[in-house]
Amino acid sequence: MAQTRSTPPREARLVIEADLTIYHAAANKAALIEALAGAEHLEVDLSKVAEIDTAGLQLLILAKREAAAAGKRVVFAGHATAVRQAIDFCNLAASFDDPMVIPA
Amino acid sequence: MDELTSTFVTESRDLLAEMEAGLLRLEQAPDDRDNLNAIFRAAHTIKGGSGVIECRYIERFMHKVENLLDLLRNDALPVTPELATLLLACSDHLGTLLDVLTAGLEAPDAATSARGEKLEAQLSACLPCEEAGAVPVEQAPDVKASGGGVVSLDGWHISVRFGRDVLRNGMDPLSFLRYLATLGEIVSIETIADAMPDAAAMDPESCHLGFEIRFQTRASKDEIEHVFEFVRDDCTLRILPPRSKIDDYIALINDLPEDAMRLGEMLVRCGALTQAELDHGLAVQRAPGAAEGEPLAAPPIGEVLVEQQVVHREVVEAAASRQATVSQKKAAEARLVRVQADKLDQLIDLVGELVIAGANANLLAHQSGRGALIESTSVLTRLVEDIRDAALQLRMVQIGETFGRFNRVVRDASRELGKEIELVITGAETELDKSVVEKLGDPLMHLVRNALDHGIEPPAVRAAHGKPEAGQIALNAYHDSGSIVIEVSDDGAGLPREKIRRKAIERGLIDETAALSDQELVNLIFEAGFSTAEQVTNISGRGVGMDVVRRNIQGLRGAVDVRTTEGEGSTFTIRLPLTLAIIDGFLVGIGNASWVVPLDSVVECIELPGAADTRDYLNLRGEVLPLVRLREMFEVGGEVPARQNVVVVQYAGHKAGLVVDALLGEFQTVIKPLGALFSKLRGIGGSTILGSGEVALILDVPALVELVASAQGRTHGEPRTRDLRAVP
Repeated sequence: MAQTRSTPPREARLVIEADLTIYHAAANKAALIEALAGAEHLEVDLSKVAEIDTAGLQLLILAKREAAAAGKRVVFAGHATAVRQAIDFCNLAASFDDPMVIPA
Repeated sequence: MDELTSTFVTESRDLLAEMEAGLLRLEQAPDDRDNLNAIFRAAHTIKGGSGVIECRYIERFMHKVENLLDLLRNDALPVTPELATLLLACSDHLGTLLDVLTAGLEAPDAATSARGEKLEAQLSACLPCEEAGAVPVEQAPDVKASGGGVVSLDGWHISVRFGRDVLRNGMDPLSFLRYLATLGEIVSIETIADAMPDAAAMDPESCHLGFEIRFQTRASKDEIEHVFEFVRDDCTLRILPPRSKIDDYIALINDLPEDAMRLGEMLVRCGALTQAELDHGLAVQRAPGAAEGEPLAAPPIGEVLVEQQVVHREVVEAAASRQATVSQKKAAEARLVRVQADKLDQLIDLVGELVIAGANANLLAHQSGRGALIESTSVLTRLVEDIRDAALQLRMVQIGETFGRFNRVVRDASRELGKEIELVITGAETELDKSVVEKLGDPLMHLVRNALDHGIEPPAVRAAHGKPEAGQIALNAYHDSGSIVIEVSDDGAGLPREKIRRKAIERGLIDETAALSDQELVNLIFEAGFSTAEQVTNISGRGVGMDVVRRNIQGLRGAVDVRTTEGEGSTFTIRLPLTLAIIDGFLVGIGNASWVVPLDSVVECIELPGAADTRDYLNLRGEVLPLVRLREMFEVGGEVPARQNVVVVQYAGHKAGLVVDALLGEFQTVIKPLGALFSKLRGIGGSTILGSGEVALILDVPALVELVASAQGRTHGEPRTRDLRAVP
């Protein structure tokens, strides 16, 4: 599902490989929360996410909120098209405040 | 019919079938909660869908049905056989209503409405106390005459909080919003995640989100509401029309569970209100009695929460099991594509033409003698074969669905006849061509009804014969050398030989002196105008059954026969070709003409020994093989070549040898039907076009094998003449 590669200490990177949908929601949540617990600064790579639904979206919101509550930082990176569209659609780009690459 | 309606009809028919299957199960297992919930869900979804397409008569009817189902589900009413019968009648009526909708009529005709009303009355009679209105009509709240001014910003404001179970029910709020976006323009949207608990307590499969949406559209409030129709019961939806009063917004803020200030900010952010308006509104409200002193503040929140809890209690019960089934179903749906049947037929036609064109190219390549060209055409031929198989596979459907329909038939008939009958289905996953399946329904229905009516004896008679009181009817299907075999068997009385013989003589079908084998005798029931039922019931017994069955089956290039043991039961066996369009053929030559033998029926080819020149049989490794001399049978002229060949074919356990001049090899055959003029022609199944453009006739192996088999089986008695040539 998702794997953690810890690079320098306190900084971690999580690649979400499964779709951010209801079917993988439980696994994705566990992976996100676990990764967040083990790092001050977590970068979440969303480039391999082919599909995202409301369940996925609220996990992203949850990760952001948990990080803020614990004084940590979560950055979403490499947004796949579907993810970028969903975030744009729900007007969450500003509150997430992650650099999003808009393809030409 | 627009797209939405046709989707609704298709989906509702599926749901209806599900509901009916569920209702049938309900009788066997009245305590099965999952089943009851599934029935309720199906009814509920149909009702919701009918609301979306604004089909009021279905919505009204389903509302009543749903009420009753709800009571059953909540154990407020016990499940009784009468109720199950009533609900089955309701699902039948729903089917009729769907037909009405499909026909594009405004409302059902008088007879249908009358039946609907009668059912509705029966449904109401079952309810302890029926609420007054049929469908709760949402009243637009009265516009208050007082309060602050109209908000300055134009546009609709939609505030929606999705229920926890929305995702589990297989619905994605985002897709509703995307659909909403097609109605107009979403000016701005704010995602509200305040309801989401902490990470530890947060269930990733529940929906915790809500949205505040600023929306510009020409659509009416109804149309906007309809966007959320499918989740209506599972979300809190508030829609404020353009130019609403500030008070309305303040009421909205108070209504929603989120903190008032935060929500106010959200509204300002998404442009519903200006900061000044918000401040003013809240200030007015905080000072009680300042304006009219309306008690807006506290109670609504509590109400909303209660309301939400009510919704939840209902839905949570089934959640665990539903979650599993819904996700499975979703996954299965995602892999299916609905395609119009005629598009598929067109594809098959094209593949047929491709096969013919390919054969032509192949032939020309061989004639040119160029190796590279031959090689490339042979690769092409192989690909065409693959395409052909894949295209035909597309039309293959499992027979299970057709079999499944008989559960209801057997149930209803056994009630009516006062017999106890069980239906056993095996081989439901056997696949065959969709066009064959469609035409199979009627003959199967006849056979099953016959078995119900004539086959299975009344319980008392069965008990007297030492059989279990409950009779059994079995439907079975399996593949057998290029054909599909379908069996309908019962453990009833079997066919009475003597009675059949008497009847046949009486009807002039046979001579009094005719000596027929048992097999031939029982197969007389397939002759026109033959029925041995002493009582005419409304299930069968009008003497039009069996010959229609045989005609239908023969129309599909198949055959039907019956085996029976008196006192133990009968088995009707239907044999059908797998497909009607394209087959693998074996090309043989007689004189100048080519003929095609379906390859599936070919066992082997041997050279005709010189000694067999005058005899009509052959010693095949110690076995007697009857020969059919096609040259004589079809009166082909010309020189008989020095060496002739025998193609050994097999059908339904019988073998025969077809004597031909030359073996020309395998050939993909696109079956072109023969015209009505040739319908009396026996021994020929159709025609095809060869690569050279010539026409070749396809041999009807079953008819040929039957010819020799019956000649073989008859030892004495007057031989019945069977002319294989066309009757002029």
